[in-house]
Amino acid sequence: MDANVTPVPVTPTLKADVRDLDFYYGSFHALKKVTMPVYERKATALIGPSGCGKSTLLRCFNRMHDLYPGNRYEGGGIVLHPDNTNLLAHGVDPIEVRMRISMVFQKPNPFPKSIFENVAYSLRVRGLRNKSELDDRVEAALKGAALWKEVSGRLSELGANLSGGQQQRLCIARALASDPELILFDEPTSALDPIATASIEELITELKEKVTILIVTHNMQQAARISDYTAYMYLGEMIEFGITDQLFIKPQKKQTEDYITGRFG
Amino acid sequence: MNELKSGVSESMELGTLRRIIVRAKRWDLFFVVLGILSLMIGVLTFAVLFADMASKGLPRLNWEFFTSFPSRRAANAGILSAWVGTILVMLVTAVAAIPLGVAAGVYLEEYAPKNWITDVIEINVSNLAGVPSIVYGLLALGLFVYQFGFGQSILSAGLTLALLILPVVIVATREAIRSIPQSVREGSYACGATTWQTVRDHILPYSSPGILTGIIIGMARAIGETAPIITIGALTFIAFLPPQPYVGDPPAGLFDWLFAPFTVMPIQMFNWTSRPEAAFAENAAAAGFVLVFMTLLMNGLAIYLRYRLRKNIKW
Ligand SMILES: Nc1ncnc2c1ncn2[C@@H]1O[C@H](COP(=O)(O)OP(=O)(O)OP(=O)(O)O)[C@@H](O)[C@H]1O
Ligand SMILES: [Mg+2]
Repeated sequence: MDANVTPVPVTPTLKADVRDLDFYYGSFHALKKVTMPVYERKATALIGPSGCGKSTLLRCFNRMHDLYPGNRYEGGGIVLHPDNTNLLAHGVDPIEVRMRISMVFQKPNPFPKSIFENVAYSLRVRGLRNKSELDDRVEAALKGAALWKEVSGRLSELGANLSGGQQQRLCIARALASDPELILFDEPTSALDPIATASIEELITELKEKVTILIVTHNMQQAARISDYTAYMYLGEMIEFGITDQLFIKPQKKQTEDYITGRFG
Repeated sequence: MNELKSGVSESMELGTLRRIIVRAKRWDLFFVVLGILSLMIGVLTFAVLFADMASKGLPRLNWEFFTSFPSRRAANAGILSAWVGTILVMLVTAVAAIPLGVAAGVYLEEYAPKNWITDVIEINVSNLAGVPSIVYGLLALGLFVYQFGFGQSILSAGLTLALLILPVVIVATREAIRSIPQSVREGSYACGATTWQTVRDHILPYSSPGILTGIIIGMARAIGETAPIITIGALTFIAFLPPQPYVGDPPAGLFDWLFAPFTVMPIQMFNWTSRPEAAFAENAAAAGFVLVFMTLLMNGLAIYLRYRLRKNIKW
């Protein structure tokens, strides 16, 4: 890795801004005053030991927590730029948030529908009915997810008939089809073999040319390979945020250093 | 097997080990025998009953049996009014129970807030499934027949049976919905779908095999119900069919048949079995054969539909 060669712009554009975010599962305080920036067209990795709140933070971004009773966002917020909307504000419709920010889950979760319908779904919920436009955009999304070559001849087959890695790329295509501003990935390769993992990593590296990426990963090599920024969390707190190369080479905090050198976690 | 021996734990000699396994396996054998016996009791009893009914009734099963009205003379009597009545009542039952039951089930699973009111409703629904059917008959007599003024009609009967199977449909709907993994729901919401879109595009299609099975099992139960239908006043002897829409003079309205008096298969059977003449017992057996056949057909349909619809769904 050419750590010293990749120049990072001095002032990257801010896409989202997490400010003093507190989150509760019932009475359990899962996120404590979390603050971090998310830069536009960059990949930001969330790392930290299991249970530290990475998924919890990620799922705040698309208001997934709203689906379950007892979950509370409290204080602070996530401000989305350029329009300066606080995603967690009461007046903001979670549906609108999810239309702007899409998500890829840990375990591939294709719908039991055809490959075409899986990708087209995120367009259909947006009211798109025109067949030729659907065709075009599904194709573009599948190409964007590097899956088109493998499935172009069998779009009407079931999504579940694909291999695990292909299913995950199908889910990425589904997340891409709606032209989101930000894509959330929650350990997208943890259920995949090394080859499928490599192809997804390559894909994410390509995607960040066009779209902002926030990715949770357990794998520090993966964070180092694909992300521009990395945030280290521990017990619901944001310990350190920084440019990936710097954070891995010269962490500012002792805790971060212990974690990335494997002395802990 | 000599090489294996060295791999066996030394604390237990191989011979002892094998004896222990043989002894432990006796219980397997015991349960297999017990299981087969229990199965046989159920299956054989049904087979004997069915064979007896078939042998008595089959000679009566000819075209005239299906196209004749009941008659004082056993040899002329048929089940025309009964099977037409059964099918029309079932139609009303299905039209009323399916949308209500499915909607209630979907609401409880996907929309209802999780609080004590929902809990009370849930307990009530499960309890309703256990209420004796005659109680539904009494309720319907007061409500549909008199209060709403539907009379002793196909409509009243269909709605009564709909009430009877509503809990079955609700419970089946909820169970089918619960078997859908949460990850699919989250996938849909993450695409920006509303709850209704999620229900329409995912929840209903993926739970339809289970829902359909529940509906058909409920209908198969309803088709044989006699007590509530007698309670609301089905006729036991009827020699005309409900009015066909737009037929007759003056032409009948599209929905006039709903308010017509009627009889159903089990009542026809009941009526014939209560006659002293042996010839009527044969008629009852033949009608019973038809009724069982209708039920089996419905169950077969349920199995087929479940198989067909589940083919696309793997989790
Ligand atoms: N639905 C929930 N209800 C209550 N507590 C929860 C819930 N989901 C997660 N938690 C708790 O919140 C904390 C953070 O969980 P989270 O899933 O965000 O961790 P994570 O960092 O993603 O871990 P992993 O790397 O194992 O996925 C954990 O202590 C977990 O036990
Ligand atoms: Mg997680």
